[in-house]
Amino acid sequence: MRRSANGVSAGLSVGLIGVPLLLGLVGLLVPQRNRPDAAALGIAGAAIAVAIAAVMLALREGPRESTLDWVAFGDLQVTLATFVDTRAVLMALTVGIVALCVQVYSISYLRGDERYGPYAAQISIFTAAMLTVVLSGDLILLLVGWELMGACSYLLIAHDRGLPDAPRAAVKAFLVTRVGDVGFLLGIVLLGTKVGSFKISDVLAGVGSLDKTTVTIAALLLLAGVAGKSAQFPLHTWLPDAMAGPTPISALIHAATMVAAGVYVVARLFPVFAASPAAMTVLGVMAGITLLLGALAAIAADDIKRVLAWSTVSQLGYMMAALSVGAVDAAMFHLFTHAAFKALLFLGAGALIHVVGSNLLSRMGGMRKGMPLTFVTMTIGLGALIGVPPLAGFWSKESVVTALADRPWLGTAALAGIAITAWYSTRLWLRAFFGQVPKGVHPHDPPGDMKFPLVLLAIPAAGLGWGAYAVRHDLVHFGPELVLPLALAGLGIALGVLMCRRSDPIRRLGRAGPWIASGFGLDTVQRWLVVEPVRALARIAKAIDTSVVDGVVLGTGQATRAAGSGLAAWHRAVLPRALAGVLAGAMVLAAAGITLNLVGVW
Amino acid sequence: MVNLLLLWTLAVPLAGAAIVAVLPDRTGRKLACYVALLTLGLAALPVMWRKAGMWLEMDWAWVPAFGLRMHLGVDGISYPLVLLTALLTVLCCGYTLWHTPEPGRGNVLSSLLLLIEAGILATFLAQDLVLFFIAFEVVLLPMAAVIAVWGGPARRRAALKFALYTLAGSVLLLVGVIAVVSLTGSGDMTRVPALSATAQMWIFGVFAFAFAVKSPLWPLHTWLPDAHTEAPTVGSVILAGVLLKMGTYGLIRVGMGLTPDAFRQAAPVLGVLAVCAIIVGSLVCLAQTELKRLIAYSSVGHMGFILLGIATGSTIGLQAALVGNIAHGVLTGLLFFLAGAIKDRSHTGQLTELGGLREQAPWLAGMIGFAALGSLGLPGLAGFWGEAFAIVAAWSRGGPLWTTLAIVAAIGGALAAAYLLRLLRKVSHGPLAPSLEGVHDARWPEVVAWVPLIILAVLLGLLPVLIIDPAAGAALISEAVGK
Repeated sequence: MRRSANGVSAGLSVGLIGVPLLLGLVGLLVPQRNRPDAAALGIAGAAIAVAIAAVMLALREGPRESTLDWVAFGDLQVTLATFVDTRAVLMALTVGIVALCVQVYSISYLRGDERYGPYAAQISIFTAAMLTVVLSGDLILLLVGWELMGACSYLLIAHDRGLPDAPRAAVKAFLVTRVGDVGFLLGIVLLGTKVGSFKISDVLAGVGSLDKTTVTIAALLLLAGVAGKSAQFPLHTWLPDAMAGPTPISALIHAATMVAAGVYVVARLFPVFAASPAAMTVLGVMAGITLLLGALAAIAADDIKRVLAWSTVSQLGYMMAALSVGAVDAAMFHLFTHAAFKALLFLGAGALIHVVGSNLLSRMGGMRKGMPLTFVTMTIGLGALIGVPPLAGFWSKESVVTALADRPWLGTAALAGIAITAWYSTRLWLRAFFGQVPKGVHPHDPPGDMKFPLVLLAIPAAGLGWGAYAVRHDLVHFGPELVLPLALAGLGIALGVLMCRRSDPIRRLGRAGPWIASGFGLDTVQRWLVVEPVRALARIAKAIDTSVVDGVVLGTGQATRAAGSGLAAWHRAVLPRALAGVLAGAMVLAAAGITLNLVGVW
Repeated sequence: MVNLLLLWTLAVPLAGAAIVAVLPDRTGRKLACYVALLTLGLAALPVMWRKAGMWLEMDWAWVPAFGLRMHLGVDGISYPLVLLTALLTVLCCGYTLWHTPEPGRGNVLSSLLLLIEAGILATFLAQDLVLFFIAFEVVLLPMAAVIAVWGGPARRRAALKFALYTLAGSVLLLVGVIAVVSLTGSGDMTRVPALSATAQMWIFGVFAFAFAVKSPLWPLHTWLPDAHTEAPTVGSVILAGVLLKMGTYGLIRVGMGLTPDAFRQAAPVLGVLAVCAIIVGSLVCLAQTELKRLIAYSSVGHMGFILLGIATGSTIGLQAALVGNIAHGVLTGLLFFLAGAIKDRSHTGQLTELGGLREQAPWLAGMIGFAALGSLGLPGLAGFWGEAFAIVAAWSRGGPLWTTLAIVAAIGGALAAAYLLRLLRKVSHGPLAPSLEGVHDARWPEVVAWVPLIILAVLLGLLPVLIIDPAAGAALISEAVGK
């Protein structure tokens, strides 16, 4: 790796982060009535980011690091370092494209929303924060983007004033990820103080010289943050609720930002994890649970966005599973294809919701007739999610499953997940697009500027896998190991068609349906294990603070006052007692003086 | 006469306070603004003489009979605090020009603000222990008067509690000052006095108690919520913004500077108490039901991070504490301004009676959102550096105790996010509360008072070197490196 500062690539990185950030900050100051300017700023930010990322890809330079000193605390130097390699550029390009699609789509989707201006600006800042994570060459700078992204997701999820759930979901998203970030921060602190530098290249180079325990602790601490951001069990609970945000925001969060950040950071800091077998095992177990949990919860959800949200949780499990066996490229490959088809699916779901006026699958049906474009693009998206060849998801999922061959238990979970994914995707497809059109609903494709992102995203959702294979043949091996996943996907589809063609089997589950869709009651567990105890502690702390800590102070005050009036009464006493008092006082003073003298103060 | 500059920095607000008090109301308030601006200008000048150690120093016998010296100096530790004090006074005088709380007489309020400013500046500039003590005390009564006259419903009680509690601390400070002066024959703060180990221990004990009350350090903090809640907006801003910093500054300059060995021995105790403050302060905030009281308790938590940084006694910790000092002054000052604006409009601070601010007053809601995110230590804004690097400092001291403290402090950071988001949810989100119906959005004079703080919060977040680089050259911190 060349470590020379490179003016061009550093300048491009600064521009890539700075332009959306600056335009976003300017956008925050635009008066709310001024929609055109807000939209122009938002689109310009994303478009320029895409352009810069494309230029960086075209230059195709080797890994380059540029460093600028930021601030030094004692001997610890914090730098404004950027690190650019092909993976970072591809990630940045993905972020930019999804952000651009979301910005364009939002203009129509949020028509009539008074708070569109700050919304568009916050998306720009969100994009800039993710790009900071992607390009950062310093752990502290990475943390800046990491947390800023959490704050932006908080603001955007809370955007919708019509939903009473939105502020609650937003707080939950921020707090659950923040709990993970306690670990993330401590992990960074541990690595930084042990290595003596926060620069990622220094840290990765220094991992080898650290003892095993330190590396394991650091990796596990970092994993806590990663689990929070990338919605891994047990910190996944915020993601399904986060769909209370506007649908384009779900697309952004689920595809290219937030959840992608965790996967990317594990890939970026991979040597730290690789040096600790224990951390890799934990990652694998976490991934296995997450991918099955997400897939199973997705089968029962009636809310179309919730189905997609659980499927994101599940697909993130696949990416983490690949990382846990060291298949970094497979994980990133799946991240890219997933970004394309999941953004597409969310934006398509937005078009359906726009028409129906409800998120619920039970209110949808027969939509293929009036909405051919939405139908075709979402079919591509769902096919990619299932892994139907030759759509993008097929290639990346095969790549992940093949890599899992060495860990049979994880491989089995992944295979089971494929069948379940196929089943719930088929259910969604049939319940939304086939059957009877509900009364009062008139299906129609969305207006032009909402169509454009659907078409744009459908292209990579269909062709990205093939394209990547054309460039790098080693990502997928064609052989007998492909048969089982494909057969399981086929089985899932077949079962789905059989069970969901006429009616929704989930309704027959009764009360178990909502319980499964809510994630097997883990929210309740989290509430009673963490939230309520903290609340109780808070109430106790407040009570003690008022009654005991402040009580002592007030008590001292009252005692002083009582002593004062007592002394006043005493002073009115007869002479002998007064004399005795004076003598006693003198003795106390003398004793104090002698004591002080003895201990050597005076 | 460069050396007289520091004297002028004190004389201008002091003289201004006297004149403003006797002028008619409106004229007085205007003049106070000019005086505060002039003081800010003077206070900013020393940066031109930046160097390692003391930048500027003046020392002449003031009252030789008492051995009292007018010994002033400014270095990288005090300069940011001096500047913050001057800036906040300008903003508060400007705010008073636009809006004086009941019962009016804004000129007297402005005059008291200038008097407080002079006292705080003198505290930060004093290099003589007796002078330091006098300056420390000068602040107390005007502040109590501001609370007692212009405060909320329970102002008298809060002012009395504030005055008595901090006086109790001051008595001990006096004991310490007398002990040092009588034992060494000098109150010079620029040199470490030769004290026996036992004497150091006792003297540090009384110093620590005095500064712990002021900072405030748990469990000596209970004057703070009452004082902050009842004080008028400008009073709360000055209290949280700079008055508390007299405690942390004193702990660094006097506690650590004059009794370094005792400080090192007591450091674990300080560290534990600081982390207690973080956790207890944050927990109480989670259960708090009143807006200003919540912000007041958040100060207890934030000051805990600063005290943790100081307690580590390392360069990283001290630098983090200095950044944290300024960041907390800026962000909590801003929060109190905004809370005051909300209470002025809704006439209630009860969180259950607020809500939906973003529907009615989007700019005001946006700013409180910004201030809350800054206050919870969002990286990229000022609050992050002090708190994150206090944790780094504790962690890098190593050993089970300090590692535990670092971990618990980091958890406190998550709690801070919880209570500040709860605050936003109660105030900004949800349906519009009846108390906020029809209220107007942020007005120009308010925005003028807030924007400098917002800019500073961003600027210090992006460029913490503005505080750390000057501090790095300060003799005290260089000594900490050596040890």
